[in-house]
Amino acid sequence: MQPANLLLLTLVLAVVAYGLGYARSRALAMPLGGIRHLKSLPFYYGARAALWCGIPALIVLALWAAFQGKVIQVLVIGSLPPEMIPADEGSASLLLSKISNVASGALPPGFVEAPIVEAAERLKALRGQSRMLMTALVISVAVLAGFLGWLRIRPRINAREQVESILKWLFFACAALAILTTLGIIFSVAFETFRFFEKISFVEFFFGTSWSPQTALRADQVAAEGAFGMIPLFTGTLLISAIAMLVAVPVGLLSAIYLSEYANKRVRSIVKPLLEMLAGIPTVVYGFFAALTVAPFISDLAASLGIEASSQSALAAGGVMGIMIIPFVSSLSDDVINAVPQSLRDGSLALGATQSETMKKVIFPAALPGIMGGILLAVSRAIGETMIVVMAAGLAANLTANPLETVTTVTVQIVTLLTGDQEFDSAKTLAAFALGAMLFLATLLLNVIALKIVRKYREQYD
Amino acid sequence: MTDQRSQAEIVRQSLKRRYRKERRFRAYGIAAIAVALAALMILFADIIGKGYTGFMKTTLTMEVQIDGEMMYLDDATDERQLKMADFVEPLVQALIREIPSATEADRDAVRDLINPYASVTLRDRLKENPEWLNTTRTMTFLAHTDVDVYAKHAGDEAYSIKLSEQQQAWVDQLQEDGVVETSFNDVFFQNGDSRDPSKAGILGAVVGSLLTMFVTLILSFPIGVAAAIYLEEFAPQNKLTDFIEVNINNLAAVPSIIFGLLGLAVFINLFGMPRSVPVVGGLVLTLMTLPTIIISSRAAIKSVPPSIREAAEGIGASKMQVVLHHVLPLAMPGMLTGSIIGMAQALGETAPLLLIGMVAFIVDVPDGFFDSATVLPVQVFLWAGSPELAFIERASAAIMVLLTFLISMNALAIWMRKRLERRW
Repeated sequence: MQPANLLLLTLVLAVVAYGLGYARSRALAMPLGGIRHLKSLPFYYGARAALWCGIPALIVLALWAAFQGKVIQVLVIGSLPPEMIPADEGSASLLLSKISNVASGALPPGFVEAPIVEAAERLKALRGQSRMLMTALVISVAVLAGFLGWLRIRPRINAREQVESILKWLFFACAALAILTTLGIIFSVAFETFRFFEKISFVEFFFGTSWSPQTALRADQVAAEGAFGMIPLFTGTLLISAIAMLVAVPVGLLSAIYLSEYANKRVRSIVKPLLEMLAGIPTVVYGFFAALTVAPFISDLAASLGIEASSQSALAAGGVMGIMIIPFVSSLSDDVINAVPQSLRDGSLALGATQSETMKKVIFPAALPGIMGGILLAVSRAIGETMIVVMAAGLAANLTANPLETVTTVTVQIVTLLTGDQEFDSAKTLAAFALGAMLFLATLLLNVIALKIVRKYREQYD
Repeated sequence: MTDQRSQAEIVRQSLKRRYRKERRFRAYGIAAIAVALAALMILFADIIGKGYTGFMKTTLTMEVQIDGEMMYLDDATDERQLKMADFVEPLVQALIREIPSATEADRDAVRDLINPYASVTLRDRLKENPEWLNTTRTMTFLAHTDVDVYAKHAGDEAYSIKLSEQQQAWVDQLQEDGVVETSFNDVFFQNGDSRDPSKAGILGAVVGSLLTMFVTLILSFPIGVAAAIYLEEFAPQNKLTDFIEVNINNLAAVPSIIFGLLGLAVFINLFGMPRSVPVVGGLVLTLMTLPTIIISSRAAIKSVPPSIREAAEGIGASKMQVVLHHVLPLAMPGMLTGSIIGMAQALGETAPLLLIGMVAFIVDVPDGFFDSATVLPVQVFLWAGSPELAFIERASAAIMVLLTFLISMNALAIWMRKRLERRW
């Protein structure tokens, strides 16, 4: 049975267990003189039976579904004749995709060697067996555990307490998923990063000024090593982020000031959601806009002024990214400006300062730490932004500060290295994970600092 | 006296200057808002201007003599014969008849006006109605992509017209005669992706998006709500709870592409799940949207006043009963609002899906959670990168569909917040 169907079946079984448990608790209560002699309501006895039935079965199902693919792969590879067992992971994945193509019928068996056809047959058989075993195991676990739960219904048992404590543990498990996700990110990225640094030296990665991983496709190629210096990517990312911030900070900050200090309620209620709409537009749309409208416009404009500009420029990507970030800056600044107590404003106005003087000399300095925190958050967004730069910034790793030239960023390289055919032991693929680790660390650092600043500042007037 | 007067004069002059500064400062604010709103307007105008033609298709309506002899077909119910028969010839002959100046010598030029897909249409129609053999029928077919581009963008310099001048004259003539027409592009909503822009549609991507969103919703909503309940109601004040909280806040700010790396390393490499399927996409997007849902659900739970809890506890409800029977129903509207916003983010997300291989060229509409699929934003990305300009208008049209979904989801969230959220 398919895992999805099996999941449904398990849920149905749990419902059945609920019904049976409910009925049994009532039946047990009858001779005692009604359900008021039970320790808990029949609902809880039913729920207890359903949890007994469902939870172990679902755990088995999840583990089986998660690991069966990998186990079958290992078994299939292991059963090949010794001279065909691949030496490294890259050729193993190639071989596996060949085998599964034969198994699914996409590749006619006549085109491949006999052992592979055999392996494909074995793959099919193993898949069938695994599916059958899984179905049998999950159903028997569900039925057995449900039956045990049903059997152990006694009037004296406090089913409510048990159900509640199970639920509480379930809730805790859901909250702990956040830790698991973080751990998953750290381990998956760190593991591959270590493997990367086994191949490429630390010094080359951090201080190298040339980036051309694509040349390292084959070992027998000339210049097979490829160059993995991240400085051009780093400067490209910084250049684009700087352009984005040059657009977003003044526009965002000034609109936040206008909306919180000058605008009346009506204007505010219209303009604010419109500004926030900018944050809700998918980044692929901004990328489309940047690549197909803004970038050609900039290069035409530059050409008409006699300046040479590339058709994919840092300016186009950065400018459009700046527009995307405006609402982050403006709504965070808006919050912070509103948090400045009215008494400061009143005091300044009472001394005869104009509104703009109050803003510049009193409120802005008071709100500055919070605004700085907001801007740092926006910077981390700009660094991690992917689609706009993938579509509009280009692929050439230029070490340049000229916004009219094409540059590339960390995120662009991660995407280009990981889309398409991959082998998981080449420095090229592992480099993407190393870049991911750098990106994760950089944004994490920025976020932590920004949140600290924002939080510290907010407590001042509370 | 003179001293005071000059002082007043100084004040008056400085006042003037200060008022000017005040006005200028206000003008900056207005200008900033104008810039931001102008960017929004230009973005929308650009996409609508580029994309509205994507909702139009160009068709040929002509009288086709379904001549069995010409097609090498004498029995339209015979599968084998249908496979071998020539369905292009009747179309070419029909179009030559519609163009007075065209002769048999021009048949290659005429054939280039008809979509390669049109012969398949004719075969399917004949399969459904075998009795049409050897009759004359008026039928509508898709025009060739080049005709489509010419009909929609004649005179637009951005588009290179691939038709010869003779063909252009024919199409002009046919348009006057009503043979070539542009109408609403139903093909766009009924087909999957294609290499031929006139045949390419978004149905595959829309279904892929729906499947992915379904996985995301059924996982992230219950898990998010449960986590929020635990943290808000049951969690003891200890280091572990603090750690979980810090983690959730950090995850909310992790770049989305990192989640793509996680999905690739864990779901695909470690668990051996297939690439580019909605299940894996949904799992990745679940991990990505969970923090958003948890944070908004916690805010919703927090907004339920303590008096409700105290009242329920006062008549003997257990903590869990207080939460499930009283707090949760009252917090539900806020939780749903937050989840809709989280889902809208997930629907527009592209980068993590690129890493788990959802960028494949997929023609078929996916029919399961384990079927290769693509999603709307990725479809936009694929079409936007296509060198053919006819795909750009499809990409813009797909963006409009995507934005319609997103704006209606956000509008729903705003409406729900206004309608259902209570203040105590």
